[in-house]
Amino acid sequence: MDKIRALLTRGGWSITFVCMAIGFMVAIQFKQVHNVKDTLPAQRVEELSGRLIQVEEERDELSKQVEILNNELSTSTNDEFISELKFQAGTLAVEGEGIILKMDDSTRAAKSGENPNLYLIHDDDILRVINELRAAGAEAISINGQRLIATSEIRCAGPTLSVNNVRSAAPYEIRAIGEKKSLENSIKMRGGVVDSLKVWGIQLEVTTGDKIYIPPYKGTTKRVYSHAVEEQ
Amino acid sequence: MTKVLIGLSLGVLLGYLYPVTINLVYPKLISVVLLVALDSVFGGLCAQVNKNFSDTIFITGFATNALFAAFLVFLGDSLDIDLYYVALLVFGFRIFKNLAGLRKHFMKNL
Repeated sequence: MDKIRALLTRGGWSITFVCMAIGFMVAIQFKQVHNVKDTLPAQRVEELSGRLIQVEEERDELSKQVEILNNELSTSTNDEFISELKFQAGTLAVEGEGIILKMDDSTRAAKSGENPNLYLIHDDDILRVINELRAAGAEAISINGQRLIATSEIRCAGPTLSVNNVRSAAPYEIRAIGEKKSLENSIKMRGGVVDSLKVWGIQLEVTTGDKIYIPPYKGTTKRVYSHAVEEQ
Repeated sequence: MTKVLIGLSLGVLLGYLYPVTINLVYPKLISVVLLVALDSVFGGLCAQVNKNFSDTIFITGFATNALFAAFLVFLGDSLDIDLYYVALLVFGFRIFKNLAGLRKHFMKNL
């Protein structure tokens, strides 16, 4: 055994050096692997943030255009009638007393054998809420910043909800202007929306306010197939 | 053996304390260089027990192997061919060969 030890300790500090390199690399790689598990790949993050910036620029550009066009409109014909029409079309930003309803998916985990869909918010849940609000006299409604107008759809789009062809995911914030007490009661009444959704643990939070802001409809409207005729 | 352990622990300590995490582009490089280093260590130990160890040969062998392996990775990356498998295979093979050499030596001495 002594002979072996003598062999192993003769010279050979270079081995120490290379072993150090091995240790260094192993440690770095180990740290790296654990980091990557915690975070998204850096490339993906960069790609997504790049796209976000681009889309935000586009959005700002477009909203500037909207503002300019609106200004042209309002300077040329600025009276009560136009304002009323704009309100009915949903292209007028409005503020008033009303409620804000926040809805989020259930935090409860589905039991085995149960349909996990029951614990998520669906388009028809939102539709029920909107229906109740309208029945209770809501004058203006928005879902996640999208004003509901006569042609707005509320539609399931995969894991998201599509309103005015803009998709958004939970949590949903529904704002409605109207008499706040009756709006609140319409949602909270026994056997109503809150009651039936609470069964599945879906989170609903109703707050009332006197200055609820609802943004205008920002999209375009098309008229290709409809023509004005005499009333029949 | 002690030198191996000292080196390893020093390296791990350094790597652990090193604040910068290397970008994700280099895992190929690290895998290749790691294998080269392992191969060198096993080769060196094997040479020591066979009494033909030389510091210069050891270090130059390590350096040239590492450089050439890194070159293979670079070339493979620019041509989009996984050339570094060559290095991985060869060095993996050599590690086991050297391990076998070490084992045979110790078996003889028992």
